[in-house]
Amino acid sequence: MIEVQEYKKPTDELKCYHCGEDCPNDNIRIGDKLFCCNGCKTVYELLEQNNLCGYYDFEENPGVSKKLELKRNYDFLDDEQLQSELIDFTDGSVTKVTFSIPQMHCSSCIWILENLTKLNEGVVYSEVDFLKKICVVQYSNEKTSLKEVVELLDSLGYQPDLSLDGKKEEKSNQESKRLLYKIGVAGFAFGNVMLFSFPEYLSVTDIDYENIRYIFSYLNILFALPVFFYSASEYFISAYKGLKNKIFNIDVPVSLGIFVLFSRSMYEILSQTGPGYFDSMSALVFLLLVGRLFQNKTYDALNFERNYKSYFPIAVTILKEGKETTKPVGRLTVGDRIIVKNGELIPADAILIKGKGYIDYSFVTGEATPVQRENGEMIYAGGRQQGSAIEIEIIKEVSQSYLTQLWNNKAFDKNYESRLDTLVNAISKYFTFAILAIATGAAIYWHGNSALMFNAFTAVLIIACPCALALSTPFTLGNTLRIFGKNKFYLKNTNIIERLTKATDIIFDKTGTITESGSTVLHFDGAPLNDYEKSLVKTLVRSSAHPLSRLLENLYSGAAVYDMDSFEEIPGKGIHGTIDGRSVKIGSSLFVMKTDEENSINLNTKVYLSIDGQIKGFFNVSNVYRKHLKEIIDNLQSDYNLSLLSGDNDGEKKELGKYFPKTTTMLFKQSPQDKLNFIGGLQGDNKITLMIGDGLNDAGALKQSDVGISISDDANNFTPACDGILSSESFEKLSKFIRFSTTSKRIILISFIISFLYNIIGIGFAVQGTLSPVISAILMPVSSISVVVFTTLATNYFAWRKGLL
Amino acid sequence: MSVIIVLIAFSSTVALAFLIAYLWAIKSGQYDDKYTPSIRILFDDKVTTKEDKNKSEENLK
Repeated sequence: MIEVQEYKKPTDELKCYHCGEDCPNDNIRIGDKLFCCNGCKTVYELLEQNNLCGYYDFEENPGVSKKLELKRNYDFLDDEQLQSELIDFTDGSVTKVTFSIPQMHCSSCIWILENLTKLNEGVVYSEVDFLKKICVVQYSNEKTSLKEVVELLDSLGYQPDLSLDGKKEEKSNQESKRLLYKIGVAGFAFGNVMLFSFPEYLSVTDIDYENIRYIFSYLNILFALPVFFYSASEYFISAYKGLKNKIFNIDVPVSLGIFVLFSRSMYEILSQTGPGYFDSMSALVFLLLVGRLFQNKTYDALNFERNYKSYFPIAVTILKEGKETTKPVGRLTVGDRIIVKNGELIPADAILIKGKGYIDYSFVTGEATPVQRENGEMIYAGGRQQGSAIEIEIIKEVSQSYLTQLWNNKAFDKNYESRLDTLVNAISKYFTFAILAIATGAAIYWHGNSALMFNAFTAVLIIACPCALALSTPFTLGNTLRIFGKNKFYLKNTNIIERLTKATDIIFDKTGTITESGSTVLHFDGAPLNDYEKSLVKTLVRSSAHPLSRLLENLYSGAAVYDMDSFEEIPGKGIHGTIDGRSVKIGSSLFVMKTDEENSINLNTKVYLSIDGQIKGFFNVSNVYRKHLKEIIDNLQSDYNLSLLSGDNDGEKKELGKYFPKTTTMLFKQSPQDKLNFIGGLQGDNKITLMIGDGLNDAGALKQSDVGISISDDANNFTPACDGILSSESFEKLSKFIRFSTTSKRIILISFIISFLYNIIGIGFAVQGTLSPVISAILMPVSSISVVVFTTLATNYFAWRKGLL
Repeated sequence: MSVIIVLIAFSSTVALAFLIAYLWAIKSGQYDDKYTPSIRILFDDKVTTKEDKNKSEENLK
């Protein structure tokens, strides 16, 4: 008989005025306003004093809960070297700094953050960018300091995310601005050239027109020059780079088309033989650039490039000559003694000096239960201390730790590029040769007539310029990216979708990926306990700091507490106490029952309970698998090879067998390096890998893999460097996402066929040497726009059919 | 017909002015944040200091 119980929150109707969370009681209040904790009350008082209660007018209960907040020490921000790394700019009297504030969530947040000047006189100016979740603050060095500003933000519940590796955003911003400039220039030229070409379209033969025809033509040249030399420049550069590396990317035929359009038009106008095709050229460049803009959808608030540095704290508490001070993590040296408090991270490999270590390595190794460490034992970086503060001595520098060494692997090299070619580049190679062949063929056919020969040759190259071909991919994939985004599946860029379609192997991590993170559940196996027995258990575990005791206490949160007569804790074994005259024992089977057979068979964590020497049963600690896991696995198993990599022991192997097919490779006790090597091994067999993981322990595998997707409960939380971030609430749609990427690829293929049809019609005119500018000016935009409309409608339709829209 | 040349010179100048305005708008960062200003405009300027409050109360009296 199995009784499943989970920790339940008290469900009173009392809501905190500040953060909207349930209040345990109505003790904390100001007038008729209730607060869940003193932290929330303090924030309210602070705002009240400064007449900033407008904060509560925009949204109901807009605050960030202060329940779990500890008082943080920001003394390290007085360190000048560290300051200079965090701030954007200073002129000695005024300093500008950009804070990343992930807690920002509503209009009240914007309002209060932009009114920081009212709370601290030293703040000159503050401005929020909500989508990027950043707040730019300027403060006067005389009146305040970086530390005070950060403390103010923290006291309001907006703890800034201070890390040292987020300064490359500027560059991408510059690039997107440049694209907008180019589109502006091309669009401007497109409109005006079209206007000046209008008389040609209508075949005006007025005698007066003949006089100004050449003025119009020369004006067209004037407008076309910036389009050719500025707006289109990146296509030439990309084509040149491609050719240099012997890759025929799509930009090669595009550049060829633009170049022929430009030179033939120049020739026609300067030799006064025709009006040229500048209208087609600027339309083409304009549309291509718009496609690029559409493809460049980015998720500003998300970071796909994080490494361990943004997971680690920026500074730690260090013990120097008996006093606690802070020191930036980057400058920790061997021999430093640091204090790690409850919930804090161990920044480097160290030896435990003082205190009891209960280290939660779940994020590093995937091991679900915290491990216990005694004085003198080794502690690895990346673990989180649970329980009272410990003192440790650093034995390796941060960058040399067991965990961080992973980042020295070549998979983390910046120049590492995907080995997979995109579909459009694969086609463009044949395409380029085909049109060159047709153009030459037409030229040879008309070899008797040199004017016609020249006409036909250039016309083929112009009309075959793969405008529609080049546009179908960005629009289809750009739209797919948006559809995924709406379903909380955020991809770094559109290339990932194409790589997703090629995947042959899917590799899952266990802890936090297919199990729900932080939802360790205790099942009690045995006769159900009555309320009295529950109270006995609760009383006993209250005295122990072991993480499992914490879980048990939560399990029976509603039970009463008795006085305890005696208590004894034997590390690594269990706890024993006398309560209400009864002897209660909780611990391993050896400790409780004096036998060890069970544990040797099943490595799953079992905690036995006995009362007055009578075994009542055991608590089984296990993880909850994500909902719909079975359906997803069933859906994927027919088309993909599945693997499961876990840093945990194989205690759950049997349970996992119910979800995964027999052919699944299941590997346990995998180190981060093992995982990376496993992916590398699959790739060596020419498999295309899709890795789905979550923690730092998957960082190497995610990076090595062709597609690495990280699962996160909150997309703003830490996720290791990856290609995509999947919100855990959308996990059930995982198979839909993978299948939909294949649909997108089919849509691209269909649009390729459509654009080829247009090309065939156009080439029909071109080979006869009868391509007039008006046909070109109509055919090119029509083909492009129809392809764009088709792909957009098709992706939306199929997304709707699959329930993704 | 020569009037058309004047008109074209004029229209091109106007169009060019718009192009420059557009480029300037991007450069000055007007398109950097397309969301926050839409919320910011809804905020009232009712952030009052204590003195203002006292004054308005006095006025009421």
